[in-house]
Amino acid sequence: MVSAPHGGKLVNRVASGQKRERLLEEARELKRLRITRDLAVDVMNIAHEVYSPLEGFLLVEEFQHVLDNMRLPDDTPWTLPIVLDVSEDEVVGVSEGDEVALEVDGRIIAVMEVEEIYGYDRKEYARKVFRTESTEHPGVKEIYSRKDLMLGGRVTLLDHMRSGFEKYLLWPAETRVLFQERGWRTVVGFQTRNAPHIGHEYLQKTALTFVDGLFINPVIGRKKKGDFRDEVILEAYKALIEHYYPRSSAVMSVLLYNMRYAGPREAIFHAIMRKNFGCTHFVVGRDHAGVGNFYGPYEAQEIFREFPDLGITPLFFKEFFYCRKCGGVVNERFCPHDESQKIRFSGTKVRRHIMEGRRPPEEIMRPEVVDVIMSFEDPFVE
Amino acid sequence: MAKGKYTTVSIPVTLYERIKKLVELTGFKSVSDYVTYVLREVVAMHEAEKMTSPLSEREVEEIKKKLKALGYI
Repeated sequence: MVSAPHGGKLVNRVASGQKRERLLEEARELKRLRITRDLAVDVMNIAHEVYSPLEGFLLVEEFQHVLDNMRLPDDTPWTLPIVLDVSEDEVVGVSEGDEVALEVDGRIIAVMEVEEIYGYDRKEYARKVFRTESTEHPGVKEIYSRKDLMLGGRVTLLDHMRSGFEKYLLWPAETRVLFQERGWRTVVGFQTRNAPHIGHEYLQKTALTFVDGLFINPVIGRKKKGDFRDEVILEAYKALIEHYYPRSSAVMSVLLYNMRYAGPREAIFHAIMRKNFGCTHFVVGRDHAGVGNFYGPYEAQEIFREFPDLGITPLFFKEFFYCRKCGGVVNERFCPHDESQKIRFSGTKVRRHIMEGRRPPEEIMRPEVVDVIMSFEDPFVE
Repeated sequence: MAKGKYTTVSIPVTLYERIKKLVELTGFKSVSDYVTYVLREVVAMHEAEKMTSPLSEREVEEIKKKLKALGYI
């Protein structure tokens, strides 16, 4: 039996068949709200079980509870506000109790029951979620650029926003069946937004030692300049799995999601999403979901102590590195040698090699993975 | 303690004293924090035990078809 859904229910709010046709027809008569692609991703994740037990964007009590307690009002752990921001102009004529159509790229993708329209304090939001008010933090900067009001209420998905990665996209209901079909009772989730180096591989394989299956779940979404492009990450992982993993014990599908870089709070949120996918365990690495020097290297691991009721077991790892003296990949738990013997796996170092047209050494990245990356004319986000 | 609404639950004084001694040696700030932690863990475990499969047989069959088509199974 894979993990129970978070909050006790797997929420699906996708309309299909005749109901969808009817709602779509009705939606054409509703006031339309144009939303960003980032918000559309949240709509799809709400509707497709990823954010269970949420049924929509947070109401004011839920929002405040999440800020203050990292929990929903019913005590369910929930660390990041999932909110829809709007300007006053956009909601002229909209009252609580109305329905609105949510539109992205000129197409209606969902209807929303507007239960509440409320204001919020950006600084409080930033301070509580990101533990800083500094605009140097990308998450804070994003919050400060948001519109003045929030719209809370349930959503129903009528149409999907195209991501270009549909072939690799599985939703929680689907991964749950997949894990069962594979006979996995315990599954470890691995979150990534990078092409895999040997450090990642050892981390995953060490975790796999304790469970039946590994679920590699790369995040597809907004990226920073210099990051690997999504398609590069996917192809690199495909190569790694094909050449270095038993087919029976690893599977990959993508997660549409935009990183908030909220460090510890986001690590919990990542675990919750993977619990909904059916994972029983989740890898929390060094500086998980962090950015710059805003969080301590293991702060994202320490926060798990506050959630004995999370329902998914975090697996904490120290950094892996190659030790010349040991002659292999190790971590500081079992390698006694000094720094001069160590080759650190650094994503920055890997990127620099590739940008300069040089192959990263085999101690750092598998040759098959390097081949894939270097086959792309431009593997990085501009 | 975190912000929020609270209520009072009675526990034997002797147990309270035992927890109080224990709390001094741990990272918990108070007996209430400790009790909340332990109860959350136990309650979540019992809730999870009671849960049934969230998918119907028909839904499972539909999903299997998709997974086969995508080459996952």
